[in-house]
Amino acid sequence: MSFSVASRNALRTGTILFIFALAGTALLAFTHDRTEPTIARGLQAEKLALLSQVLPATLYDNDLLATQQSVPPDDLLGTRQASALWLARRGGQFSGVVLEAVAPDGYSGDIFLLIGIDANGSVTGVRVTAHHETPGLGDYIEHAKSAWSEQFSGKSLTQPEPKHWKVTKDGGVFDARAGATISPRAVVKAVKSALDYFSRHRAAFAAPPASGETKP
Amino acid sequence: MITMTEIRSLFHNGLIKQNTGLVQLLGLCPLLAISNNVINALSLGLATALVMAASSGAVSGVRHFVPNEIRIPVFVLIIAALVTVIDLAMNAFVHPLYLVLGIFIPLITTNCIVLARADAFAAKNHPLHSTIDGLAMGLGLTLVLVVLGAIREIAGKGTLFSGIDLVFGAAAKSLVLHVLPNYQGFLLAILPPGAFIALGLLIASNNWKKARVEQRALSLALAHA
Repeated sequence: MSFSVASRNALRTGTILFIFALAGTALLAFTHDRTEPTIARGLQAEKLALLSQVLPATLYDNDLLATQQSVPPDDLLGTRQASALWLARRGGQFSGVVLEAVAPDGYSGDIFLLIGIDANGSVTGVRVTAHHETPGLGDYIEHAKSAWSEQFSGKSLTQPEPKHWKVTKDGGVFDARAGATISPRAVVKAVKSALDYFSRHRAAFAAPPASGETKP
Repeated sequence: MITMTEIRSLFHNGLIKQNTGLVQLLGLCPLLAISNNVINALSLGLATALVMAASSGAVSGVRHFVPNEIRIPVFVLIIAALVTVIDLAMNAFVHPLYLVLGIFIPLITTNCIVLARADAFAAKNHPLHSTIDGLAMGLGLTLVLVVLGAIREIAGKGTLFSGIDLVFGAAAKSLVLHVLPNYQGFLLAILPPGAFIALGLLIASNNWKKARVEQRALSLALAHA
């Protein structure tokens, strides 16, 4: 069997390209193998740190991350895709829940929230996890930028009353900066409806865990 | 192997004469997107410089084995592999910094300046020269990024080094400078148009400086004639 010069050349360049691709893949596989456990541990720690920002560590003694459940999309949570929730228990008793929620009416798109609620229906913490609000204007809802989101702590559906779950400009109790009320208005509304979601599902949350789910 | 003069000329080339941001105008996409404060700008600039030094060195090291027809795919492969390795390593070992630079590290792969230097310089030169060239080009980009970041941060927020705590830990928060106290802020400078306007001013002043030097040289030559 004989090849023309052109096809021999093509075969040669093809082989060289193949060898480079192989070497590159091997390098990546090796690095991935070496870094994967560290990265996975980092992600877990990060998630737990985020959860503990909205739910005080004194409120639970179970393995919070292990209780993660998937929730189907729900209008009260503002979700269009399945979201997650985590159930907190202390001494086997239901003590709180962390919900993922979405404020769909931000100034520029969805605002993603993590909301902690204790067994009595009081908010223990709210954090904005992702948003596209205007930098320097609407982004003070983010905890890294200002303490704005801390004012939700201790609030519930009875304190303040539902009609006062608004920003001060609309006659409510929640502060908002002049000229940038759309983002906080969206967040206040989303936290309120997450509380509605909680009161509707509280019984299911408080039900004793399925066997094997929690460790003592 | 490499003389001081050569090193100096490589750095002069990268930082001033062929500056990627002001003269070659390559890789402007990350330049404009990330330069809204000094810390972001500096972090992305240094990461790019690191990638450029590594990829130029690697490309130069294999340049004799790569046939001309397939050099571009091979260079892209090398750059993408190196960036991914750096991305994974940063994620595993310097996680806080990774959270800040996160999505921008993979984007370095698409920064055309990296491929441009690999093809225009590293493919024709010794690995040592190429590594230094990549580093110098990256530092030149860093320089422009930092100046641009400083202009936009001062004009936009009246501060310098905000966000430094994300890189060096909460203790560094006191290093944030409030250059203009009680400043109301100037949003345009932080938004994308501010990046274009500030970069335009930088390029204009660089060109003006160059024109003045040439003018002076010309009049000096005329005076001697």
